[in-house]
Amino acid sequence: MDVARYRPEESEDVTFDRFEVPYPKEWVVLDGLNYVKDQLDGTVSYRWSCRMGVCGSCGMTVNGEPKLTCATFLADYAPGPVRVEPLRNFPVIRDLVVEIGDFMRKLASVKPWIIRGEEKPVSAGEYLQTPDELDAYKQYSMCINCMLCYSACPIYGLEPTFIGPAAIALAQRYNLDSRDEGTEERLDILSQHEGIWGCTFVGECTEVCPKHVDPAGAIQRYKLTASMAWLKSFVVPRGAGRKEEAAGAEQ
Amino acid sequence: MHAGQYLFLETRAVKPSHDVLLVGGGGAGLRAAIAIAETNPRLRVAVVSKVYPMRSHTVSAEGGAAGVIAADDSLDEHCYDTISGGDWLSDQDAVESFVREAPQELTRLEHWGCPWNRQADGRIAVRPFGGMTKQRTWFAADKTGFHMLHTLFQTSLKYTSVVRYDEWFVTKLLVDEGRVCGIVAIELMSGRIETITAGAVILCTGGCGRVFPFTTNAAIKTGDGMALAYRAGAPLKDMEFIQYHPTGLPFTGILITEAARSEGGYLINKDGYRYLQDYNLGKPEPKPVFRTMELGPRDRLSQAFVKELQKGRTIDTPYGPMVHLDLRHLGETLIDAKLPFVRELCQKYQNLDPVTELIPVRPVVHYMMGGIHTDIDGATPLPGLYAAGEAACVSINGANRLGSNSLPELLVFGARAGRAAAEYASTAPDPKSSIGVQGKEEEERLETQFRRKRTAGERIAAIRDVMQKTMEESAGIYRSGESLGRGAAALRALQERSAGVVIEDQSRTFNTERVAAIELSFMLDVAETMINAALRREESRGAHQRTDFPARDDERFLKHTLVYRNPDGSCRVDYSPVTITRWPPAERVYGGGAKR
Repeated sequence: MDVARYRPEESEDVTFDRFEVPYPKEWVVLDGLNYVKDQLDGTVSYRWSCRMGVCGSCGMTVNGEPKLTCATFLADYAPGPVRVEPLRNFPVIRDLVVEIGDFMRKLASVKPWIIRGEEKPVSAGEYLQTPDELDAYKQYSMCINCMLCYSACPIYGLEPTFIGPAAIALAQRYNLDSRDEGTEERLDILSQHEGIWGCTFVGECTEVCPKHVDPAGAIQRYKLTASMAWLKSFVVPRGAGRKEEAAGAEQ
Repeated sequence: MHAGQYLFLETRAVKPSHDVLLVGGGGAGLRAAIAIAETNPRLRVAVVSKVYPMRSHTVSAEGGAAGVIAADDSLDEHCYDTISGGDWLSDQDAVESFVREAPQELTRLEHWGCPWNRQADGRIAVRPFGGMTKQRTWFAADKTGFHMLHTLFQTSLKYTSVVRYDEWFVTKLLVDEGRVCGIVAIELMSGRIETITAGAVILCTGGCGRVFPFTTNAAIKTGDGMALAYRAGAPLKDMEFIQYHPTGLPFTGILITEAARSEGGYLINKDGYRYLQDYNLGKPEPKPVFRTMELGPRDRLSQAFVKELQKGRTIDTPYGPMVHLDLRHLGETLIDAKLPFVRELCQKYQNLDPVTELIPVRPVVHYMMGGIHTDIDGATPLPGLYAAGEAACVSINGANRLGSNSLPELLVFGARAGRAAAEYASTAPDPKSSIGVQGKEEEERLETQFRRKRTAGERIAAIRDVMQKTMEESAGIYRSGESLGRGAAALRALQERSAGVVIEDQSRTFNTERVAAIELSFMLDVAETMINAALRREESRGAHQRTDFPARDDERFLKHTLVYRNPDGSCRVDYSPVTITRWPPAERVYGGGAKR
C-alpha cells in the first residue's frame, strides 16, 4: 500500500510511504490504513468513523479514483500496491486529511432548511406529505457529504467558486420538498454563482456518488428551474410562481 | 498596592467566551443547541465536536424513533413497555415525561423537514418494534438516524447565535469550586490548545461501545464525555448495563436493524429452527406478533443466542459462532421499500443478497443504558454541567433499552437540557479569571505527555486490544463475580501500562495519534466504572446477567448504581433510589402471557 504523506511542519513535499498490509477478503482499504496506524506507523493521519458508509468521513483517492475507503475492498487491488491519496480539489491539511471548510460554508449558503411563510404549531400535527411527494426529493436527501463529488468535479477543480454538486443537490432536496416555500430565495443565491452554467453535465459527480444521489441530475434540473424563473420574470411578477417553478423542472 | 492590584486581576470575574457550550454535535447536541437558540436568541451557543457534526454517530441509527401517534395507542402503554423493558430500573417520572414529549419532538422534526415514511394519505407511518405493544416507531426507511442528524444539522445552520468548533477535541472540564465553567480543547487542524469558558456546559458525546472488541459503534464512540464528567467529580450511573444488539454482521459488527425483524424476519439456528420459542418468548407465528419471539427485547434475544451456542446449535464461521436472520420470505419489494439499507449493507459488506440468502448475525455491543447521572432536565450534580443523549443516564432505559427509544430520547432530553442550561447560564456568575490557570496546567500536561517521542513501550493499539478483550471476557452478556474480579485487576494494570505508550507523532497538525492516546485513557476510566458497578450488583436484571446471582433482587438492588472517582483514580460505588410512580415492580412477561 502506497500512502501519500504530507507533513507541513517538516516539508512542503508530498511523498509516498510503502507499507505491507494483509488483505483478507473482508478487508477494506480503511482496514489496511488502520493496520498501518496500529501496527507500523502511528503518525499516518486520516479520518474515519462509522465504517458502514454513512458518516462520510473516509473519502480518499484510491488508485486515482475518489472512494469511500470503508466500502472499497483491498482484495480488488491485489496484489498491489494500491495507491492511497487525499481527495483531490481540496487543500490538504496533512497526509490524507483535507480541508472542507469551503463546502461547509457553501452548504450553509444555500439555506438547506425548510423555509415557510407561515409555520404551523407542533400541536397542529404533521404536514401531510404523500409517498409520491416524499419520492420527489428523497433521492437528494441521501447525500452524506462525503465530498467524493467535489473531488471528481472538473468544474470545481478549475473554478473554486462553483457551489458544487452536493450543495446544489441539497438545495434541490428542499426546493422539491412539498413542505418548503423557499425555492425563490434559494434561486437568488444559486444564481449568483456563475460556475453552475459551466457544468457541462459530464456527470462525474453522479458516477462517483456512493449513495446514488445523482447530483448531476440535480444540477440539470436546477438549471432548467433557473431558466424557467428567468423567463417567467418577464411575464409574471416575482413571487407568483414559488413551488411550481421547482416542480416545473421535473416535467 | 501593586501586589493588591495583581491579586485583584488574578481573581476578577471574566465574561465567559460562550453562554452555553455543547460538547458533541450529534442528535442530542444539535437539538440542545437549537433549543437554546430558540429559548433566547441572545445567548451565545457553541458546539464543540471532535468531528464535523454530520459525522456524529447518530448517523448510524437505523430502525426508527418511538412516539405515540396511532389511534389505538396510548401514552400509558408506551410507559409500560419502556418500564417493563427496562426491568423496572427506569425512573418512572422521567419515562412519563419522555413518552409525553416524544411525539411532539418527532413532529417538530417533521416540521424541520425530516423525511419520515408516510401512509398513503400523507400522515406519518409507524412500524412495530421489539418490546413494544403497539405500532409507534416512526421511521425514515432504515436510515432514521442519518435523516434525523442531517435534518437537525441543516436546520441548525439557520441559527446565527450558534457557533461551531468543528474538529476540536475536548480533554478536560474546567471546575471552579465544584462549578463547571468551561473546557480545554485541542483544535485538531492546528494543534492549538485552548481554554474556552462558558456559563454552562452540556455533554452530548454519546456512548462508548469502543470499550468492547465487537461493537456497532463508530470509531469515535470512546466515552469522552462520560470520562470528562467522571474526572470532574460527577458520578456515572448504571454503567453495568450494556446492551448487546442481537443482530450484528460478522467481522465488521455492522448493525442489521431490529426493523428487519419487526417487518417479519426470523432468527433461526443451524437447523433452520426459530429457536427463540425455547426461551420463554412465545410461539412462532408466520407474521410478527408484538412483544413475542423476534419482537422480544434485545437483552433476552442476546441471552438466547448464548444459550443456543451452549447447546451447540449455532453456525461456526471464521468470525465465531453465528445464527441466521432470514428475510427471504419478505420479498424484494418490501425489503427495498422498508429495509433498503439492510440490503445495501449485506451486499456491500457481506457479499450476499438478503432477498435470496440468509444473513449471518450474532450479538454485538450496541448501547450504554448507563451514563452521566442527570435529573429530568439533564442537570448533573455539578452546577453548570448538563448531559443528554446516550452520554447521560436520566434514566428512562433502566436495565435494558427498547429499540427506537434512544432517538426520541436524544430529542426530548437534548431539548430539556438545552433549556435548563440556558436558564442556568443566564443567571450564573461569570467564571473567575483564575480559571485560566487550570487551562494552562492542562496545556502543560498535554505538551509534556505528547511532545516527547517515546519509542520504547507498548503501542496504543496493543493496550486497547487487551482492554477490549478483557471487557468481553469479564463483562459480556453473562458475567460472574469471578470474571468481573479478574477484569477489575486487569484494568488497573492496564491503567499503569497505558501511561507509557509509544508516542511516535510529535507534530501539531492533525495529530490523530495524540487523540487516540487520550481516547484510550477515557475508555479505561469508563471501563473501570462498568466493571466496578457490575461487580457489586449481585443480582440479574435486564442486560446485567450474573451467573452467580441469576435472579432479580428488588429487596437489595431496586436502585441505581452511582460510581464516583476517588482522587487516586479508583472507584467509589454508591446507590440512589429508583422513582416508581404508577407501575410497581412486576415480572417481565413476553410471548403473549399476562401483560399487566
